[in-house]
Amino acid sequence: MKVKMISRNPDNYVRETKLEHHKMARNYDPALHPLEGPREYVRALNATKLDRVFAKPFVCNLSGHRDGVSCFGKHPKQLSQLATGAYDGEVRIWDLANRTSSRHFVAHDGFVRGVAYAPDGKLIYTVGDDKTIKVWKADAPDVGEEEEPVNTILSRYGLHGISHNRKGNSFATCGEVCAVWDEKHNDPIKTLKWGVDTLHTISYNPVETDILACCASDRSIILYDQREAQPLRKIVLTMKSNKLSWNPMEAFNFTVANEDCNLYTFDTRKLQTPLKVHFDHVSAVTDVDYSPTGKEFVSASYDKTVRIYNAHHSHSRDIYHTKRMQHVVCVAWSLDNRYVFSGSDEMNVRMWKANASEKLGVIRPRERVNFNYQEALKQKYAAHPQIKRIARHRQVPRHVMNAQRKMRLVKDKEQVKEANVRKHSKKGKVPYVSEKKKHVIKEEV
Amino acid sequence: MTKKAPKGRPKPKTTFKRYFDSAKPENNDLEAVKPLKRKSQQNFVGDFIKMQNKIKKEKPRKASIKPKPKGKLKEETEEEAQAKRNPIPQELLDKYSRGEKVEAKGVKTRHFKEQQTRREKYLEYAVEQAARTELLLHETAGQLEADEGEVTAEYRQGQIADNVDLQSAAKHFSLNMEFGPYHMRYTKNGRHLLLGGRRGHIAAFDWVTKKLHCEFNAMESIEDVQWLHVNTMFAVAQKSWVYFYDNKGTELHCVKRLARVNRLDFLPYHFLLAAGNTAGYASWLDVSIGELVGNFQTNLGDIRIMRHNPSNGVLCIGGGKGVVSMWSPKVREPLAKLLCHSTAMSALAVDPRGQHLVTAGLDRAVKVWDVRNLVQDKPLAHFQLRLPANELDVSQRGMLALSQGTYLETYADMLSGGGTGNYEKLPYLRQRCDAFVHGLRFCPYEDVLGVSTAKGFQSLLVPGSGEPNFDAMEANPYETSKQRREHEVHALLEKIPPELITLNPHEITGVDAPTLQEKIDAKRKLFHLKPPKINMKSRHKMKGKGGSANAARNKQIVKDLKRKEFIAEVREAKKSVIKEHTAKEDGAVAKTKKPKPSVLDRFKPKPPKKQKT
Repeated sequence: MKVKMISRNPDNYVRETKLEHHKMARNYDPALHPLEGPREYVRALNATKLDRVFAKPFVCNLSGHRDGVSCFGKHPKQLSQLATGAYDGEVRIWDLANRTSSRHFVAHDGFVRGVAYAPDGKLIYTVGDDKTIKVWKADAPDVGEEEEPVNTILSRYGLHGISHNRKGNSFATCGEVCAVWDEKHNDPIKTLKWGVDTLHTISYNPVETDILACCASDRSIILYDQREAQPLRKIVLTMKSNKLSWNPMEAFNFTVANEDCNLYTFDTRKLQTPLKVHFDHVSAVTDVDYSPTGKEFVSASYDKTVRIYNAHHSHSRDIYHTKRMQHVVCVAWSLDNRYVFSGSDEMNVRMWKANASEKLGVIRPRERVNFNYQEALKQKYAAHPQIKRIARHRQVPRHVMNAQRKMRLVKDKEQVKEANVRKHSKKGKVPYVSEKKKHVIKEEV
Repeated sequence: MTKKAPKGRPKPKTTFKRYFDSAKPENNDLEAVKPLKRKSQQNFVGDFIKMQNKIKKEKPRKASIKPKPKGKLKEETEEEAQAKRNPIPQELLDKYSRGEKVEAKGVKTRHFKEQQTRREKYLEYAVEQAARTELLLHETAGQLEADEGEVTAEYRQGQIADNVDLQSAAKHFSLNMEFGPYHMRYTKNGRHLLLGGRRGHIAAFDWVTKKLHCEFNAMESIEDVQWLHVNTMFAVAQKSWVYFYDNKGTELHCVKRLARVNRLDFLPYHFLLAAGNTAGYASWLDVSIGELVGNFQTNLGDIRIMRHNPSNGVLCIGGGKGVVSMWSPKVREPLAKLLCHSTAMSALAVDPRGQHLVTAGLDRAVKVWDVRNLVQDKPLAHFQLRLPANELDVSQRGMLALSQGTYLETYADMLSGGGTGNYEKLPYLRQRCDAFVHGLRFCPYEDVLGVSTAKGFQSLLVPGSGEPNFDAMEANPYETSKQRREHEVHALLEKIPPELITLNPHEITGVDAPTLQEKIDAKRKLFHLKPPKINMKSRHKMKGKGGSANAARNKQIVKDLKRKEFIAEVREAKKSVIKEHTAKEDGAVAKTKKPKPSVLDRFKPKPPKKQKT
């Protein structure tokens, strides 16, 4: 007879010394892993719960400004540097790694309206209420030397914002007109104007670097091309847009922060209707900034909260708030996609994690594998009601809650009213208008 | 000018690449994507190799446009050749596959269609990778081959033990004990053994090293024993209550809520101790929180035959009427009932893969059923014995053991080949024990069959019965106490709630689509709808703007209006339902009404001719 039995050599399964890892024999045969579905579901549920348990987004508070923070400038090359401007004309440069202010100087009389770094990161441009553009060195002056601008340009018009071209050496300011400047000259190369109202935001497209977008106080958004003599297009929304941010990866899309509590994402090729309306804020949205991946953006609002949206979703993914944070004026997403900065009226700059439950610090490979697995599980079972409920739940401040309730009431009443009007009028006279189309009044070419 | 949108999407002449499939660099001086992941990419969960395969196919066409350096091309062809040299056999892929592919055909939008195809690629890749790990398995299964002119059934245990290696021969042993009829259980990893004699004797030991954990007499009759989730705790069903002991023999709990229990079973992934008692109650005790999650009367009388299905956690209880009923702790009716025998049942077993149910009855028949397809009316296999089988068990590799009194047989290929009954009539091995067999279990991950009899315990060698390669994450025979503790914590975190015990374990991963019955019910409901009650609060009016009479009248008006509206809506809905059905029937009628032309048609009255106007 020929006979063979399972006879394992323990040496293959037991570690020799305590210094080794345990030997873990694996067999991926599905028969040895029963109840796959329910077990995965429970794991996904646990992962979702842990996600909420570890959701501590607040990293630190950068204090030092003596008035409300008005604007941010991101350093294009250094992750640890951030420039902020304040209402009292002071500009501060922060060392984010040490969470301290490394340098500060009074740049303007009155508000600092905009801060921008040159693409090589060597110069800082600031504009203020005193109608000047000042150019500063990004490096701190030596000990004993005074803080002095490299160049001061006097503008004929008031200035409300600045944006530097990402590739060339031109930058643009807005105010009563949109002016395009060259770094070498003290006069604008070009001034562009459409209508009489002030432009309060300007932003260069990061990919098509000749395209500019402005928001004007006559509720319009204007697109310019710096090579042309005339502006390109203009759309008018129902309310004023406060800020505009281009999507860095899909650079034909941009998002505006609007006064009517919503954000609108537009496709430049089709401006009549926005791609997406982003709801959830309960007060005017003051600032918006895209993540470097272009998949998400962060918005700041007058309702004292910061919200993070997926660029293709109409409701926010997360909400950040603290008791002490007042009206948030400006917001920025760090270029390594990990942090979000918010500057608010009560003189503080706050640093948040972009992903609330992310673990900071060194992550070991096995830990990373586990995180990835948990992420995949959460995605796979995201549609299950229990998991969805836990993942969606957020504690919001009372005033936001009340405002939300009130807004919902108003909206419901409006709907009822519209339905009643429709019922009592001729068929087809009161058309159904989608939410997207309600907000764009007209497009001009 | 922008208003005019072109109709339909114009087909681009050149195929545009999306960002996710442009892993191939455009410039020649850029490095090609490396076949192996770099250290920093090791945690990337995507499918590198798969994507490359896809691009590789495009290579020749691109090469004609833009000549590439030859070295790179050569490298890729090598890679392809390697994939051809080591193809994965289809049956291996089938073994690891989790079901059929979802076709992206019905998906409406392009975005989701692409998402779906990409997901399928990930899954396919995962199956391939899992199938490739087969190569890394250490051990091979045991086997027993007879010489020419002999059959395996002739071989006695002594002969087998003489012919195997020393380590395996030591696994054949017998214990003579006098507190007779014994019950026995192996732990999930097959390392430890628990014996309980009817007359109070309890012994727990590591049967491989023969190291005794504890041995004592409970001084009470013992009905059944069962290991809990770890080898440091076990449950014993004693005369009136269930007791928990640790492996030193210390009594941990006396569970008075489980009274007069006959049979115990443990669901390791749910942490449920299932018990069936003499009064016909089935109870599930969650051992992690110490609470009964289900406890109800099954109306089956004394429960003596009870096993759980390892693949879905459903408890199978064999009744006196030849019916197997399947129970979940949260449902008070059986999930399914299966009439297996015309007489009372004597034993049942579910195979560890959860595919087959083997039943034996007093009619001396043994039947194999497909548990996943309960609508069948015939067993997969059916055979008669000379005596009724009083104990059954199925091993990990599908070997069947049955005992008839003191005589014991194993069949090797009863369940293999789908259990269709194309088996040899001759048993694989047989054995006559010195006393009546009361318990029969295959040891997991070993080629061993444990037999507990009225006079003790025997460990028999059955080559080829156990799974040779264990998964240390599930059950590790070599685990240290630290590993065991770690595993316990993880298992507790992943405890499946009892609500998820259903006949189909994959129900949780499926789509919750309404069944046909639900759709029919919803339609039927439409015909018995009542108008909703309207609770209207009239708006507060200023003084002198109308009294309560006015308000009441207004209220009545609004109510009537709403009711009218509702009735109209329902009428519309009903109409549409009726129309749908009549249209279908008409269609059916029209089809059937047209008979074949026959020769007798000419005697039929002719249809009146249509007059032309």
